Amino acid sequence: MLGKTAGGLYWMYRYMERSENTSRLIEAGFRIALTRAATSDDEWSSVLEAAGVREAYLARHDQFEQSAAIDFMLRDKSNPSSVLNTIEAARNNARLVRTALSRDVWEATNDLYLQVKAALARPVRDRDLPEVLNLIRQQNALVRGSTHGTMLRNDIFNFARVGTFLERADSTARILDVKYYVLLPSISQIGSALDNVQWENILRSVGAQSSFRWLYGTDVNAMGIAEFLILDRRMPRSLTFCASKAAGNLAYLEKEYGTRHPCHDQADALVGRLSATTIDEVFDNGLHEFVLDFLSDTSKLGASIETDYRFNG
Amino acid sequence: MTKQATFFDELLGTDNVPRSPYSNYHEWFESEDIARLRKKSSEAEGFFRRTGITFNVYGQEEADERLIPFDVVPRILSSREWGRLQRGIEQRVRAINAFLYDIYHRREILRAGRVPVELIEGNDAFLPQMVGVSPPGDVYTHIVGTDLVRTGEDQFYVLEDNARTPSGVSYMLENRETMLQMFPELFNKIRVRPVQDYPTRLSRSLAACAPRACSGKPVLAVLTPGIHNSAYYEHSFLADNMGAELVEGSDLRVVDGRIAMRTTEGYKAIDVLYRRVDDDFLDPLNFRPDSVLGVPGIMDVYRAGGITIANAPGTGIADDKAIYSYMPDIIEFYTGEKAILQNVPTFRCSEPDSLAYVLDNLSELVVKEVHGSGGYGMLVGPAASKKEIAAFRAKLEAKPANYIAQPTLALSTVPILSKAGLAPRHVDLRPFVLVSPKGIDLTPGGLTRVALKAGSLVVNSSQGGGTKDTWVLED
Repeated sequence: MLGKTAGGLYWMYRYMERSENTSRLIEAGFRIALTRAATSDDEWSSVLEAAGVREAYLARHDQFEQSAAIDFMLRDKSNPSSVLNTIEAARNNARLVRTALSRDVWEATNDLYLQVKAALARPVRDRDLPEVLNLIRQQNALVRGSTHGTMLRNDIFNFARVGTFLERADSTARILDVKYYVLLPSISQIGSALDNVQWENILRSVGAQSSFRWLYGTDVNAMGIAEFLILDRRMPRSLTFCASKAAGNLAYLEKEYGTRHPCHDQADALVGRLSATTIDEVFDNGLHEFVLDFLSDTSKLGASIETDYRFNG
Repeated sequence: MTKQATFFDELLGTDNVPRSPYSNYHEWFESEDIARLRKKSSEAEGFFRRTGITFNVYGQEEADERLIPFDVVPRILSSREWGRLQRGIEQRVRAINAFLYDIYHRREILRAGRVPVELIEGNDAFLPQMVGVSPPGDVYTHIVGTDLVRTGEDQFYVLEDNARTPSGVSYMLENRETMLQMFPELFNKIRVRPVQDYPTRLSRSLAACAPRACSGKPVLAVLTPGIHNSAYYEHSFLADNMGAELVEGSDLRVVDGRIAMRTTEGYKAIDVLYRRVDDDFLDPLNFRPDSVLGVPGIMDVYRAGGITIANAPGTGIADDKAIYSYMPDIIEFYTGEKAILQNVPTFRCSEPDSLAYVLDNLSELVVKEVHGSGGYGMLVGPAASKKEIAAFRAKLEAKPANYIAQPTLALSTVPILSKAGLAPRHVDLRPFVLVSPKGIDLTPGGLTRVALKAGSLVVNSSQGGGTKDTWVLED
């Protein structure tokens, strides 16, 4: 496969994952704004931070305000991570790697782009927001579904999956980082109604309210949530799950090509560290530090993959 | 209405009786509900948009992805009509390849005085870098898209030979695919020769032209200028359907005397490169130094037999509009036969008598730039305003050698589905021909372009033209 094609697949799926994650963050922010009596503008600051675009937002706006924040994350051309820009970037990458995609996947991606572009042609009114966010996720799900249903399980698939999971790991880690103060044990012991709302919100932003309840019942506590998002192997957005999947797909590439690269050592080391860690150790050593280390590891891993598989010459 | 009567209607013959190739279709059409057909027609648009068969129009940033309108009424040719076209096209393509070989080697046709030397020497489409170079299998034009127009029952004219990098074949294939999806019952009723194996034929034909350096199964790749090119869809479509890699200049470099592509496992040599990049941009070391679309050094590898470039560099000299008027002589010179397909009578404005005639008759003629394409920079006299004619006259007088002129042809019509039902519109036809040492292979069908505006003779997609599926009937 061309190095450029491998890179195109990796980025296509990264961008799609990002558009979906951003839509979840917006949904969670919108939701908390509806359920809280006090001003929610601080909440939008942390939502923007979790989406990794707080700085970019402040370059264009003086204060945090709901409709501006939503518009910035959904539609703003100057925000490279806005849903509109990421979906356009995903589709441009899909065009670049058109020959590597099944017809179903290409058409689903093109449809995602056409529909979301139409839905975001104008600022989205509050009353239309749930429907638009739903559309973004549904269309993403169609691409994912046709990927699973129609693509060969070869290097094409592996590069797509590596992109998906590194992006997802990044997103979950950033949510943890922005919200770590809510999850710190000293505060969690208070267990106020406000904390419950915050915790619920964290789960919502990774689309996992009901799966958490399925596993833990209504016994919501900070430590449980942190463990769920960091170490749970069953949770498809946890750091451990994403890192294992990325490492697993890299291992397939190693097998298919018969060559082991630095990225394989890095991925295996990351997975090894996560499986040797307990949630108590994470808190003892500092959640914030843990997340920063993780983000730094995944970013280095991404850079190694680009070099090892010659994405850019 | 009297003027209308002078155009050949491919569907309806005398007394409005359908001509025989159309009789089965016409019968089916008459039994159909127009509203259903119109609904199908708008479904087709959705299909094309989803598939992403769009093209970019240069100079129109906002509408950067547009669909070429598709008309659901097929253009139908009988087996007999096709047979004659086939013989004519094969003859022409054989002559073009012999001409190219000759021009870049012994130049017998110039010595015989059948084509003026200055037409070759002073021509930008002539590549001195190709002199003495023999492409693998002596094939120059691996793919040709011959533009034809029809003016009567048995009268077909060749308008252009398109021997460089003809485009449009993806429309031939997608149009058929769309028709099969929309009207499966029609294909049960009428036996139409298939076109869908074109990518397989193309891949075989290119593989048969592998260079000396090739060992084993030839590795094919399609070279595209990138996703912003107007024909990118077609490039990816063809690569996809041939199972070839779709590469850009930035993926390629010279490695050990071969052109190699950067893969996830290192550099891998390419044997045959189907390039959709113009000669000028192919090699910054040999042609335009500012080009980033090509591969530095590819011409040296090519001359050393390390790669096949399809079409060969320098084929443009054969479809140059200044050469066009010599085609009947060229065909006779190399095949010893009269041309089966006619050339449109052409006035070379470089010749004073012709220029005088053209200037006197601008309102009756079509005047084209010798190097132009895509319907840009041309004057359609009968459709032009006085002001446009005056402006064009000035350009023509300033640089007469830059232009040729032809009479306005009475292009045949095929109906389209309009709001009121069937309505005749002018069409042309571009069949696609493959050339390899094993022979010349013409796919039965092609791209029919149709001028959607009533009375218009300009079929170019950039100027409001649409397309139709083209059917060649089984015997």
